[in-house]
Amino acid sequence: MAVVDIAELTKVFRVPEREAGLRASMRALFRRRHRDVRAVDSISFAIDSGEVVGFLGPNGAGKTTTLKMLSGLLYPTAGEARVLGFVPARRERDFLRQITLVMGNRNQLQWDLPALDSFDLNRAIYRVARDDFRRLRDELVELLDVGDLVRKPVRNLSLGERMKVEIVGSLVHRPQVLFLDEPTIGLDVTMQKRIRGFIAEYNRRYEATVLLTSHYMADVEALCRRVIVIHHGRTLFDGQLAQLGSQFAGYKTIEVALANGAADLSRYGDVLERDADRVKLRVEKADASRVTALLLSEQEVIDLTIEDPPIEDVIELVFAGAAE
Amino acid sequence: MVDFYVTAMRTQVQTQFQYRAATYMYLVGMVAEPVIYLVVWTTIAKQNGGQVQGITVGQFAAYYIVWTLVRNMNIVFTPYGWEWRIREGQFSAALLRPLHPIHYDIAEFAGGKLIWVVLYLPIAAALTLVFDPDLSVTPLEVVVFFVAIWGAYLIRTMLLWLLGMVTFWTTRGSAIFETYIMAELLLSGRLVPLKLMPEWTQSVADFLPFQWAFYFPIQTLVGDLPAAELIGGLGMQVLWIAVGSFLVWVCFRASVSRYTAVGN
Repeated sequence: MAVVDIAELTKVFRVPEREAGLRASMRALFRRRHRDVRAVDSISFAIDSGEVVGFLGPNGAGKTTTLKMLSGLLYPTAGEARVLGFVPARRERDFLRQITLVMGNRNQLQWDLPALDSFDLNRAIYRVARDDFRRLRDELVELLDVGDLVRKPVRNLSLGERMKVEIVGSLVHRPQVLFLDEPTIGLDVTMQKRIRGFIAEYNRRYEATVLLTSHYMADVEALCRRVIVIHHGRTLFDGQLAQLGSQFAGYKTIEVALANGAADLSRYGDVLERDADRVKLRVEKADASRVTALLLSEQEVIDLTIEDPPIEDVIELVFAGAAE
Repeated sequence: MVDFYVTAMRTQVQTQFQYRAATYMYLVGMVAEPVIYLVVWTTIAKQNGGQVQGITVGQFAAYYIVWTLVRNMNIVFTPYGWEWRIREGQFSAALLRPLHPIHYDIAEFAGGKLIWVVLYLPIAAALTLVFDPDLSVTPLEVVVFFVAIWGAYLIRTMLLWLLGMVTFWTTRGSAIFETYIMAELLLSGRLVPLKLMPEWTQSVADFLPFQWAFYFPIQTLVGDLPAAELIGGLGMQVLWIAVGSFLVWVCFRASVSRYTAVGN
């Protein structure tokens, strides 16, 4: 059964609009102009229990707006949404107790107090039994290795440290559905990796369903087998991450190591890189096997690998294609 | 819910401990308003043979010293705070919790008041030494006073929540708050004891909630009210809390659907 199920979900914001300058200000006193912005435009998808899905798109694509509708913060303009069988916009307590929305740049902990106090406040808010709370809190603290951080006032923590304790605070009620909006934003590579590992472990241990937005493809590659790509509020792709490349990237890269490193390979495809005896070529997907055969027969090949393009490049292609 | 209130209030007490010096300076600054009123009315009373419409210099002193405690108690989340939390997206966190956001505000400010009141007592003692109030209280008056100041707190919380929710329609709800403050100053006993206001003003005030958040709690200690009036006053507070709660409930349902969660 789908844990997240949305159909034709739409959100339109009505925003005031005027030109710059005093004259425009005066005019706006008498005649206000508004513009309807379709932040999310009839998107539909379903996510099964225990799935970790990457929700991708450029800035302003509608990702955060969708997450806010799914967590009950925003009322949809049209369409239907159900999470765990609840209509999020109704904000029923049983629904809110089973979800969490983590925003990477937002602090929800008590700024002046150690995070442990905020965790305890969340325990009271979510009515978690004290024993269950202590067990889960200690488990999460250990998983994220924040034992020495949770006793310091939150204001004294670095961004990365704060993000880790923020995540613990968002999970002490053991939510079944996690909406994660850029959970690794602004963090260094080590910290990103640690948080990725934690999300994967939480998903495995509690069979939680995760919908994750991130601009870091490493997050998506490490966590999500399935991705949903949106742009201008519309779904461009919904499927396995592995299929994204084959659907949107019309080329493959061939990396070849040659005995004669100086050989000119430009007749086989576009030369992307050349480093000593190694050459990276871009070839049309349909031509990949023919070019490989030619290279092997015509050149003295020491090593050869064929790869789909990096996911960052594919995503860029998807967005570029949508913009055209 | 009791567990939540206890935990949230305890958390707020801890937060207040972090800024005790700043809180103290804030409280000292707050005394300026009643001291100005007190000096003005004391001067007028002295020029008028020692009293104004039956209120003596000592009774004015008692009124405004109790006023400061009542004022401490009815400080609540203002529309300025609402503007900030809507503009900064801070309200999103409140909406994600499985309880009505008003509970969090009530608990948070109530926790703060436990500290403010303790810090205020030396200030009250100093004011008593300087202005020599005429105050004699009965045990019943003290009990009713302690209930009434919490009633006043809840009434004002409801009123300012209703004003704060205007922020869902306009990001400048505080402009309406300024108008509200003017009405409250005149009709609550905050600026002047209601007894000194024209009769028609007192009649208007009878139909409004303001006096139950200011004048009544002060009068429980300084007004020598009979027991029936003390209990009746608490009843009026309960009535206004019920009306306020209902209006908050209705308006919140309408308001939250307009929330745009700007800034996150």
